[in-house]
Amino acid sequence: MSDVTAGMIEARKPPPGAQRRWTFARIAGWVMCALWIAIGVALVASLVRSYDPDIFWRYMPRMLEGLLVTAQLVVSSVLLGGLLALPLALARMSSNWLIAKLAFVYVYVFRGTPLLGQMFLMYYGAGQFVDELKAVGLWWFFRDAYNCVLLTFTLNTAAYQAEIYKTAIESIPRGQWEAAQTLGLRSKVTFFKIIMPQAMITALRPLGNEIILMIKGSAVASVVTVFDLMGATKLAFSRTYDFTIYMWAAIIYLMIVETLRRVWGWLESRLTRHLVR
Amino acid sequence: MELFSLLAWGPEGWADELAAGAWLTVRLALATLPFGLAIGLLVAIAKTSGEKSLEAAANVYTTIFRGLPELLTLFIVYYGGQMLLQRIVGLFSDTYVEVNGFVAGMVALGLVFSAFASEVFVSAFKGIPAGQGEAAQALGMTRWQAFRLVTAPQLIRLSIGGLSNLWLILLKETSLVSIIALNDLLRNTNVAVGSTKQPLFFYSVALTIYLVLSLISSKGLGAVEDYVKRGEVKRS
Repeated sequence: MSDVTAGMIEARKPPPGAQRRWTFARIAGWVMCALWIAIGVALVASLVRSYDPDIFWRYMPRMLEGLLVTAQLVVSSVLLGGLLALPLALARMSSNWLIAKLAFVYVYVFRGTPLLGQMFLMYYGAGQFVDELKAVGLWWFFRDAYNCVLLTFTLNTAAYQAEIYKTAIESIPRGQWEAAQTLGLRSKVTFFKIIMPQAMITALRPLGNEIILMIKGSAVASVVTVFDLMGATKLAFSRTYDFTIYMWAAIIYLMIVETLRRVWGWLESRLTRHLVR
Repeated sequence: MELFSLLAWGPEGWADELAAGAWLTVRLALATLPFGLAIGLLVAIAKTSGEKSLEAAANVYTTIFRGLPELLTLFIVYYGGQMLLQRIVGLFSDTYVEVNGFVAGMVALGLVFSAFASEVFVSAFKGIPAGQGEAAQALGMTRWQAFRLVTAPQLIRLSIGGLSNLWLILLKETSLVSIIALNDLLRNTNVAVGSTKQPLFFYSVALTIYLVLSLISSKGLGAVEDYVKRGEVKRS
């Protein structure tokens, strides 16, 4: 045994790792990180320094109530919009020329114009037809700014979601349809049991993005006197001229969007774990 | 029909106001674009640099400006910028400074645009095989030459689709500046509505103008895309 090891070189420690040089990128990175930390510290300091219990406790509950309104608005418009989106997506893919064209125009108009403008059109436009709306008994609905905003958001997100569903459904290979047909499945069963489950997985990520876009977009509701988080923030700012209120709002929005993004990412990786190779 | 007489050009009609507003909307979007693209590219380079600290700083940037509502960003830039400037100027003199709405809108929209653009650029960078850069190095190109002649043309090709989408989003988001009293298309429409009491008509006209603007943009961007992808195999 010793004969074998006799001529061998003794085991040595690995060489020390190469010294990390102070490249331009590294210096820039440290400077940038330091800058962010400085901004963060300054932000916290200003929040602490200008903390006024009177203002804080008067307006923070209102902002949280506003947050609830935002959540309500986003959840209901995304769900209702989703219900509208599936028939719309099917209409987009319809073989009937007229139906497909009409659905295309709907989607194009809602995706090609600003949400703010759509909201103005709905809210102020409805106000122009008070008598007509009263006659058909719909005025109670359009009288409330919240309802107008909810309707606009629903129609808007329906257009975006329809496009997402369409892309997702079209991404499913035709072989899936053909295989189901070969097995003698009806097209309805094929669609709901074979195509949709696969399409939904493709649609998951864009849907998450759409929800985030709606959360951010819902801030414009504040312009037509809806007291969502942004509306409550604007009100508080106009009464106090305390700029930290905007900072609080920013922190709340960022926390929500970031949490949702992470939860959605986890959800996606969980639902697609059978696809990982 | 008398509705359409409201669209006359001149002091009686509103066509000139709407046109001026639309022109400001286009100018604002065009002014934001280079600023947003440049920062977006820098952030993307930082994100793909392989340097941990630089990546972290870049990620903080995107997290913030991608997560904040555009309207809030605009308010923070507009009112916060105003207060900050006032405080800085206040150190030297008592003059009252006012933040230009156009600049505030440009900065706010540019920050948001660059955050999203950086993501587009990052995925485009990832789409360029590492061998391309290595080959450029093997040919003795400097880093700048490699970027200009090898990386950039492919980068444009891979990112043009995503950037086109961002441009269309930007065009629509310029409408937010109407809230900080900048006379863009939507704001001038509001003025017209206030004086004529014809909201349905004027907002429909305004939305149609936005629609036409995006139609023109997507046609133009489609042509640009065809041009930069002229070397690629056509698939149909």
